[in-house]
Amino acid sequence: MDLPLIFLGLMGASVLAYVVLDGYDLGVGMLMPAASDEEQSVMVASIGPFWDANETWLVLGIGILLTAFPLAHGVVLGALYLPVVAMLIGLMLRGVAFELRVKALGWHRELWNWLFWAGSFAASFFQGVMLGRYITGFERGFFYWVFAMLVGASLCGGYVLLGATWLILKTEGALQKKALAWARWGLLWVALGVMLVSVATPLISETVRHKWFDFPRTLALMALPAATLAAGAWLWIVTGRMTRGEGGNDGRPFAAAVAIFTLAFLGLAYSIYPYVVIDRLTMWEAAAHPSALKAVLAGALVVLPFIVFYTVLSYRIFRGKAKAGLYD
Amino acid sequence: MDDALFLARAQFGLNIGFHIMFPALTIALAWFLFGFRVAYQRTRDAAWLATYKLWVKIFALTFAMGVVTGVVMSFQFGTNWPRYMTTVGAIAGPLLSYEVLTAFFLEATFLGVMLFGMNRVPDWMHITASALVAFGTTVSAFWILALNSWMHTPTGQVIDAGQVIAGDWLQVIFNPSFPYRLTHMLLASGLTASFVVAGLSAWRLLRAPADGGAAKTLRAGVLTAAVLIPAQIYVGDLHGLNTLEHQPAKIAAIEALWHTERGAPLVLFAIPDEDQHRNDFSIELPYGASLILTHQARGEVKGLDHFEPDRPPVAPLFYGFRLMVGIGVLMLLVSWTASWVTRRARAAPRWLLWVLAGFTFSGWVATLAGWIVTEVGRQPWLVTGLLRTRDAVGDISGAQLGASLTGYVLTYATLLIAYLVVLTHMAGEGARS
Repeated sequence: MDLPLIFLGLMGASVLAYVVLDGYDLGVGMLMPAASDEEQSVMVASIGPFWDANETWLVLGIGILLTAFPLAHGVVLGALYLPVVAMLIGLMLRGVAFELRVKALGWHRELWNWLFWAGSFAASFFQGVMLGRYITGFERGFFYWVFAMLVGASLCGGYVLLGATWLILKTEGALQKKALAWARWGLLWVALGVMLVSVATPLISETVRHKWFDFPRTLALMALPAATLAAGAWLWIVTGRMTRGEGGNDGRPFAAAVAIFTLAFLGLAYSIYPYVVIDRLTMWEAAAHPSALKAVLAGALVVLPFIVFYTVLSYRIFRGKAKAGLYD
Repeated sequence: MDDALFLARAQFGLNIGFHIMFPALTIALAWFLFGFRVAYQRTRDAAWLATYKLWVKIFALTFAMGVVTGVVMSFQFGTNWPRYMTTVGAIAGPLLSYEVLTAFFLEATFLGVMLFGMNRVPDWMHITASALVAFGTTVSAFWILALNSWMHTPTGQVIDAGQVIAGDWLQVIFNPSFPYRLTHMLLASGLTASFVVAGLSAWRLLRAPADGGAAKTLRAGVLTAAVLIPAQIYVGDLHGLNTLEHQPAKIAAIEALWHTERGAPLVLFAIPDEDQHRNDFSIELPYGASLILTHQARGEVKGLDHFEPDRPPVAPLFYGFRLMVGIGVLMLLVSWTASWVTRRARAAPRWLLWVLAGFTFSGWVATLAGWIVTEVGRQPWLVTGLLRTRDAVGDISGAQLGASLTGYVLTYATLLIAYLVVLTHMAGEGARS
């Protein structure tokens, strides 16, 4: 049994769950200034029951990195130290602002609204910067930092896409109309981001280049970008129809956005595998002692089904359109 | 290097100290909420419902503070102490992972149901959600204190190729100091929450004396504290004796005993002089320390000289311990007096309301003082006998640590001020309606 591989899979699944789940609530946070007061309370209501649990996936992902790949945890988070701190401060501000804005009035409320937006934005941007730094192997130099910032901007766009499609699903009327327009903007940023990462990774790493451009395997692999493109096109068409009032299922845009993120994630995972630090540290080199891995795996196999079960339960309890007046 | 070590410790200490305040409150507050919810279910009294709705908001805010500062912790284990994970990660990692898996998701998910689901799910499910949140917070305390206790009194481990791994997980988890530390911490949380509940209720009654819900919660807080504080004093004593057995240097520092002696005095107050190895201006009780620790007037007590150079600094332990015990004694006085004065649901007089309002956050001060005693008392070890703190530090530069420390300090100060302002505001607001 290849324990490091299982844990790489678990970690990947946690990170993907985090990106999609916290992605939509960060996205909603970034969209707040574009909405009216009443719309803002609906938006907040749409993420209220979920954001705490969404953020827990990050703790799980980092926890697995720490537990299963302690060497990589040190290298990766050491190299990403300052963007990580900036991201954490962003996450703190927005999490607390989320709770405080409901209880505040007047300019206090404005201030917390602003901090909720700024925190969401900082958390998203610096997560993108971390991704940009990570896939370039933490190379120093002006160009690499510009690249990382572009990835940061694109990830903000990506989370805006997730947030906007979440709002299409959870709201109605004028706000839903606005969300449709936001989703299309977000999609353009995502296209830029996916392109940047797809072009940069093979340019920077020979290993990655070799993995993607090796005929005839390349032909089969092209299914991945093709599917991503198809999901993006479908999202564009579906939101276009909905904008023109031709109807459609409100859940489709969100499903398409999740599909884009999942496919992009798979592509990235394929590029990096079996490294946890690109071209430097493989999962086997970074892995913790097998006794630790076995201990965690036993617990994870028992507990994860429960977590999935009650997560689904919670989404079922709060299904349907969100209404303002969260705490009543 | 020493600067980096100091900054890494300062930053981690600031972080964990700021973090612990919120779980210390939520662990027990979750059980209070469960009690309030059940009380409403049984009596259908609108005052209980209003109370529940107010406290669930306070809980949500406190919980959010705990979550966001906890996320920071999960990163700092690796960034500030990389060698901690590569040396004892095979024990620390699984315990932390179990905490995330069995507690964090449970709390966070059902908190959503608790907060926003009252009109969406049947009563039994809402009550179950309240119970699960409370259960989750307690499970979380179980795992993190198992790990912390193991760092103080490690058992059950074996060394495999330079790595510390678990030989027997039951021994790792149920290490010698764990039962005492867990009970001590859970009671500390109970007291912290009791005084916050009583204190904010008192604050509310000062604004609106007729508020029936606040009178109920004030009594709930006061009575819980009155029951818990003697238990805490007893458990604290047991914990101390356990520490004497396993970490005698910590006790010597707490008592500021510089030299091994028979018939050692109990130092009530002094200014410990770390350079000269003596106490200035000390007020002592002759034979006191020997009597308490060995139950004999002429019993021998090991002084700090016996443990040189592996001993903790004296001042933080000496003062921290006295602060903690002092607050404990005051808690006893306040909670028993308050229970007596409000017996058979008599209205609390204004002087008592002011006293209780003043004691609102006394649990935080005592808990932080206690944590400083126990954690600084473990130095110079990170894991007793296995890993020194200075060997676990990473190669993050002092400049980076300094910059991020500044950022954290500013963020935490902002968050704490906002939290306190909103808490008192909410308690007052509840009174007006």
